[in-house]
Amino acid sequence: MAYQFDFPAVFDYTDALVTGAGVTLGLTLVGALLGGALGTLGGVVRAWRIHPLDWAFRLYVEVIRNTPFLVQLLFIFFGLPSLGVQINEWQASILTMVVNLGAYTTEIIRAGIEATPRGQIEAAQSLAMNRWQTFRHVVLRPSLQRVWPALSSQVIIVMLGSAVCSQIATEDLTFAANFIQSRNFRAFETYLVVTFLYFLLALLTRQLLNWVGRRFVAPRRPCSPEVR
Amino acid sequence: MKTPRRSFLQQLAFGLMAGAVLSQPLVARADVLDNIHKNGVVRIAIPQDFPPFGSLGPDLKLRGYDIDMANLVGQELGVKVELIPVTSTNRIPYLTTGKADLVISSLGKNAERAKVIDFSAPYVPFVKSVFGPEDAKIAGPADLTGKVVGVTRGSTEDLSLTKLAPAGTIIKRYEDNNATISSYLTGQVQLVTLGNIVANSVNAMTKLRRLSAKFPVEDTPCYIGVAKGEPALLAKMNEIVAKAKADGRLNEFSLRWLQSPLPKNL
Repeated sequence: MAYQFDFPAVFDYTDALVTGAGVTLGLTLVGALLGGALGTLGGVVRAWRIHPLDWAFRLYVEVIRNTPFLVQLLFIFFGLPSLGVQINEWQASILTMVVNLGAYTTEIIRAGIEATPRGQIEAAQSLAMNRWQTFRHVVLRPSLQRVWPALSSQVIIVMLGSAVCSQIATEDLTFAANFIQSRNFRAFETYLVVTFLYFLLALLTRQLLNWVGRRFVAPRRPCSPEVR
Repeated sequence: MKTPRRSFLQQLAFGLMAGAVLSQPLVARADVLDNIHKNGVVRIAIPQDFPPFGSLGPDLKLRGYDIDMANLVGQELGVKVELIPVTSTNRIPYLTTGKADLVISSLGKNAERAKVIDFSAPYVPFVKSVFGPEDAKIAGPADLTGKVVGVTRGSTEDLSLTKLAPAGTIIKRYEDNNATISSYLTGQVQLVTLGNIVANSVNAMTKLRRLSAKFPVEDTPCYIGVAKGEPALLAKMNEIVAKAKADGRLNEFSLRWLQSPLPKNL
């Protein structure tokens, strides 16, 4: 028996798909901003071994990077209420994404900072730059330039991983897919459309991050390799 | 090599015998009730993996509401009972192919099934309700406005609740029954939609947060399934169900297996 494809059955739910895609994108943006900030802090602390925060971040990174995202999410959503921490599914999803992304970016940014040549810092000091100026212009910005592609990829990984937030009834794109599929029983069509939407979202996110990278992270006056 | 040719009479005899063999099941099934009495045994399809309707007890013997019901039917018919364990997908084929005389297997009624088999009067309720804390004042769908209600996505109660709930209801749809139950137990939702029997077993297992029934969203009781074209058997089943309901035996089953009395409106 030949399967009769019925894509209009999916497009009846366009509203749900658009809302879901918006939620996924929103979760990713907020998660990337806060997670990136947390990761930057962690990267600096880890690279410069600032006690006692150093140990706290080390433990945090090891715990988060060695446990599944879904388990972290379920722990925050269903586990924390036992300790009296009642947060809704949005807060739980964002918190999990921030905590998860923060751990990975900590390591990425630490690697970038540790790759700063000693001589550049000495050069900055000899130019009478103060500690903040040295950190901002000589350490952080070039570090971010070095690891920007890795950071972008990590953000996209977390965005795709946010699909599991649908497990706690966050109405993201995957939730929309499961919802539609449970109403029209058109699994092939529904998941194909949603796969395509995720692909578009990932491309969009990468473009956005490339633009942010060029605009805010790359050197102000690009110089050719010969000059550098 | 020569094959001996059969005479016309021989061929006729073969044909008649074959016809007789083929028509045998039809003749035999003309009245299942007569056959049950003649053989002194009734073959009943029952569930073996669906507590509290039918499952293996600690002594590895089948037990449950449907098992008690099957034994009651055997007792009323005055014959021995042969229990045939079936799954939810093959219980109707067992009946339509004559492998079982009756299906007592938490069988709900719908239009598709009614085309292939007949149903007796209902013998057990299977209600899906909205549950909440003891003190939540929820009398009907209208009171759901502004409330957060958990339900298992794509289940029949999801579809019923979606139809019943007013526009302001916040429905949270979880992946499976366990997540739905957890969402209520951990206070992530105010109310939850579950089968009454499921809710009873949750209440029996944990004291974290009591589930108290508010109003039913769906009422699909279970029926005894009988093959099509068996009016005598169907009438007998209706008689047995009515008698067991009147003399309180169904109520006794309900108290034993569902921990609640049989509703009056069944």
